[in-house]
Amino acid sequence: MTADGKLDAIARACRVQIIRMLTHAGSGHPGGSLSVIDLLVTIAFGRLRHDPKRPDWPDRDRLVLSKGHAVPALYTVMARAGYFPEAQLITLRKLGSPLQGHPDRVALPGIEAATGSLGQGLSIACGLALGLKLASSPARVYCILGDGEIQEGQVWEAAMTAPKLGQPDHPLDNLTVIVDYNRIQLDDFTARICDLEPLVAKWQAFGWPVIEIDGHDLAQIDKALDQAEATHGGPTLIVAHTVKGKGVSFMENNPEWHGKSPKPEEAVAAIREILGVTEAAWPDYLATDTATRAIVDELRALGKK
Amino acid sequence: MPAKASRAAFGEALIELGARDERVVTLDADLSKSTMTMNFAKKYPGRAFNLGIAESHMIGVGAGLALTGRIPFVCSFACFVVGRFETIRISVAYTNANVKIVGTHSGIAIGEDGYSQMGLEDIACLRALPNVTIVQPADEMETKQVIAWAVEHPGPVYLRLTRQNLEEVSPDGYRFQLGRWVTLRPGTDVTVIASGGTVFNALEAAKRLQTEGVSAEVINAASIKPLDEEMLVRSATRTRHVVTVEDHSIAGGLGGAVAEALGEMLPTPVKRLGVIGFGESGDPKGLYAKHGLDVEGIARSIKKFLNR
Repeated sequence: MTADGKLDAIARACRVQIIRMLTHAGSGHPGGSLSVIDLLVTIAFGRLRHDPKRPDWPDRDRLVLSKGHAVPALYTVMARAGYFPEAQLITLRKLGSPLQGHPDRVALPGIEAATGSLGQGLSIACGLALGLKLASSPARVYCILGDGEIQEGQVWEAAMTAPKLGQPDHPLDNLTVIVDYNRIQLDDFTARICDLEPLVAKWQAFGWPVIEIDGHDLAQIDKALDQAEATHGGPTLIVAHTVKGKGVSFMENNPEWHGKSPKPEEAVAAIREILGVTEAAWPDYLATDTATRAIVDELRALGKK
Repeated sequence: MPAKASRAAFGEALIELGARDERVVTLDADLSKSTMTMNFAKKYPGRAFNLGIAESHMIGVGAGLALTGRIPFVCSFACFVVGRFETIRISVAYTNANVKIVGTHSGIAIGEDGYSQMGLEDIACLRALPNVTIVQPADEMETKQVIAWAVEHPGPVYLRLTRQNLEEVSPDGYRFQLGRWVTLRPGTDVTVIASGGTVFNALEAAKRLQTEGVSAEVINAASIKPLDEEMLVRSATRTRHVVTVEDHSIAGGLGGAVAEALGEMLPTPVKRLGVIGFGESGDPKGLYAKHGLDVEGIARSIKKFLNR
């Protein structure tokens, strides 16, 4: 199996877990979690230098999910990487769980920044990148912004200073910023609320090299991350064109699915679609895939409660 | 020692600490000439970062730096830096990031620039945030001790500093300790708790009251969060009357904190002296007189409170 094939399988498994955990939670943000998961998987597996056993390792790479509402996607990646058992995913948003509704750095080792109050992650990422440079650390910082999020003014404060910060001795070329450009925010399409266009030209005008990619094409993501890493003298922005709700037909490109969790029967349908199984083939599929069968049974039991 | 602004003492202390501890860095938002970090920046150019007029971003960068082991002093006028409350709330407090937030130009004492530049609600805002410690030194010696303490203290700290010069009030051999106040003048009739720029006037008011037969105990409360509850209760138990004096809104500041603590532990009449409403432009002396924070005003309010 190619590396892409393996990542593809991981991304699919993470999508299933996102649906599962949000359904158990009864609330949360599926659309943005499904749009960002391919980016997270590509960064976290095979690229990010980290050690789940040592979340405070000073030279670890940092991943800041500034669009904190998509944290279910990050939790699935962290569980798979070994930060906590996968069984814990369904404690999302439950009382006492370290899997808070939005990332809590203190509650869950491995989370790099408390985000969810939009607009703050890029500034923290800049500080992390600068601090790592000051410490002569080889570590890199990845920051993922939501598209709606960049309507926040603080993002533009950060955008304006980041290419200059630390110059000339400590330029932030250890910082890769990615916009998850799914074109939908809570209330509606971004173009209808406060259009971000021309998005690429704006960042370029602020001094950023910009790479545009399909944010669901793992090879394109990987190549762009390589390109950003090879760029010296300042940070790089990747505009990842994505589809909100990617992988579930009834969620895709639909603002309704920004911030509501699926009902159990919707979740089962979503999982079937994510796994690419037809309705006709579904019973046979579940008979052989016992792990999925267990998730589906658990969800159906939720529906009967 | 001659009178010195706590912002100036801060600037000097930073340079000393910067030599001892290379983790110390400064962040400014185009006010380094006013916050007095400019000389640190000259001496350690690789450790001073001026982010432009972008306070929210400055706070966030400070949080990121803290998470990599640096000790950032994030500096601006008290109103501008605390005005970015939501960034402090999440990026610093909730994160428990080891950021030292420095708010200079606190209070109406800045005078002519007027209300928009006056930090008058900063304590009230930050008191509400878990993890954030609040300290306001009253003179040069205390400021230098507080800055050295802040470098060693793990966790977010808000340092509230003044533009105006502060007369020396600390006793010889004084050592700042978090959660510990110091009695500058013992008394039996009323406990007067002041902090920062109002401590000197409170002491002078107590001297004046002595000549009028009122024995006022004066306490310097540099540690605003946490309070020195032990000293507060001990003193209030004796005097049964408490007056707070601060160059801050009377809502939610030192006075509010004292009233809350006494309300739970030892219900005692409390008179809060401070700023009511917005500030305005004017000469600092005139403003202090108008708001009753000059020696005459403090003495008058204390007498009125005792004779109510």
